[in-house]
Amino acid sequence: MNGSLLEVSAVSVTFDGFKAINRLSFSIGPTELRAIIGPNGAGKTTFMDIVTGKTRPDEGQVLWGEELTRNLVGMDEARIARAGIGRKFQRPTVFEDQTVFANLLMAHKNNRSPLAVLFYKPKRQDIAAVETLAARIGLAEQIRRKAGELSHGQKQWLEIGMLLAQDPKLLLVDEPAAGMTLGERERTADLLKEAAKTRAVVVVEHDMEFVRRLGCKVTVFHEGSMLAEGSLDHVTRNQDVIDVYLGR
Amino acid sequence: MRDLFRNTPSLPVFIAVLVVFALGVTVLSEAYGLGVLSTSFVKTLGKTACLALVAIAMDLVWGYTGILSLGHFAFFGLGGYMIGMWLMYARTELIVLDSLAAAPLPPTPGEISDAIASQIFGVVGASDFPMVWMFAHSFWAQMALVVLVPGLLALVFGWLAFRSRVTGVYLSILTQAMTLALSLYLFQNDSGLRGNNGLSGLQNLPGADAIPQATISIWFFWASALALLLTYVVAAFVVSGTFGSVIRGIRDDEARVRFLGYPVEGFKLFVFVLTAVIAALGGALYYPQAGIINPAEIAPIASIYLAVWVAIGGRGRLYGAVIGACVVSLLSTWFTGGQAPDLNLGVYTVKWVDWWQVGLGLSFVLVTLFAPRGLGGLVDLVSHRLSPNRHGAPLGPDTGALREKEAEQ
Repeated sequence: MNGSLLEVSAVSVTFDGFKAINRLSFSIGPTELRAIIGPNGAGKTTFMDIVTGKTRPDEGQVLWGEELTRNLVGMDEARIARAGIGRKFQRPTVFEDQTVFANLLMAHKNNRSPLAVLFYKPKRQDIAAVETLAARIGLAEQIRRKAGELSHGQKQWLEIGMLLAQDPKLLLVDEPAAGMTLGERERTADLLKEAAKTRAVVVVEHDMEFVRRLGCKVTVFHEGSMLAEGSLDHVTRNQDVIDVYLGR
Repeated sequence: MRDLFRNTPSLPVFIAVLVVFALGVTVLSEAYGLGVLSTSFVKTLGKTACLALVAIAMDLVWGYTGILSLGHFAFFGLGGYMIGMWLMYARTELIVLDSLAAAPLPPTPGEISDAIASQIFGVVGASDFPMVWMFAHSFWAQMALVVLVPGLLALVFGWLAFRSRVTGVYLSILTQAMTLALSLYLFQNDSGLRGNNGLSGLQNLPGADAIPQATISIWFFWASALALLLTYVVAAFVVSGTFGSVIRGIRDDEARVRFLGYPVEGFKLFVFVLTAVIAALGGALYYPQAGIINPAEIAPIASIYLAVWVAIGGRGRLYGAVIGACVVSLLSTWFTGGQAPDLNLGVYTVKWVDWWQVGLGLSFVLVTLFAPRGLGGLVDLVSHRLSPNRHGAPLGPDTGALREKEAEQ
């Protein structure tokens, strides 16, 4: 765990006087799976907004990279995404009017400048990569269908697939298991564990069963700062955590 | 090129229809055929092709990228002004040279220039060339300005607006304000473009007095049809492939595209400037056929009409824009030209010249409410292209899965 990929240090952000994030510090290594839990309003989503550039923190630093040389604060969303951070939203947001293939190809790692995209012709290896990925997320047979025709669980997978197609160094995943059936959850957990072998993955989740299935280090957020960190069994025995979260 | 045809099934159909139509008009024209179609009707068809062209531009920027621009007719008008300046200058120059040829001493360049200026600007009480006319003597320079002036305006305006992340209705209002400001400026006599008189006599090509208008009209019709064809091909190229995916993504969920790493502002700016240039080229072909351009042509209402055509034709499909522009503008010509028979309701006689706009507005409302896919949606009925309609269906594979209502939360 020497050398982190992302280091958030003493970050605070206030919305209309409400301190959503309060001197939060967080770090994650280059190939690590991490779950973040916490009650509603603990600042989990705001934390993701800060890392991905959607929200600018009032103070603190977000350092990024193998050597932690880049400060992400002040960069826009697209540049942060190009730097290697991918994000999956709570609600599945895929482009419903377009095919699974088009969704994945759009996310596929490539030059993102308008002119390069205009004259881009997918090479054979790009198409092969997209097809392999579709098979990995279990959508090989749906590849020509429109994303809007997929089931809720399939959309979630498609979105995870789009994240993987971006080939990010860090994946931020917001409640991936919401609304999924048991079988779909198992498959999602496997996908995320698999992804964490080659990159860092942060999963925000409410569902304790799902977190247990991930079998990773857990960070508990409460009122905008970190309350506890450790294995799931460790944090669930922590009296503070029981008081604010599990006890309810 | 093969990919283009495969990704755009409408392209071969469109090309075939356009070619057959152009040949048909030629055969029926006064200049080259049976003379069934009057010169003015050929001009109307040529102008309609230009309007269809600018409708494609509007569809690219609105239907595909989701930017409801109420300024594309301003770019169209600017293109018309740019070409109109050369047409007026060159023709007036010939007339002046002709009249000065009889003078005992050969005229100096200064005298010629003054004579042209007082001919053109006498109507607004001026006799000097304003700065903006400095390139008017050169055809190629003015042609370059047809592209450069609207292109630069779109670039600067778009850069400012998109960079501040102005979207939706606020962006529409901004574009409309730009259009209004431009037309109000041009209405002034000292704008250097003859105020509310505009530029006129554009149908007379310099040095082509011997060629009858019937012939010129069919030439312009061909040029307009060719330009429409090329625009269709360019637009099909832009919207097929990954670029098309990205701009439709921007229309549907801009934030998501940003998180994929695409510079959304750059894409919007590219489409905005490209379509402004297309619109300007359309205007440069349209106004020599119309014969006159004045600031009223640039007024915001024209750009709103443009949006109405595209909505009625069907947004987000290129042929929809063409159908909308052709149907609505030809119907408009028919109704407002007094050719439509009055509708006698006994107590009240509906005169279409007055009531046409009410009908148009009503049909816009009806299309928006009940047929959002527009006239182009009729094609879906034939081709069985159906979009997913999952209302009420379970979203997951089994009963434990989330229902539509929950997923919307």
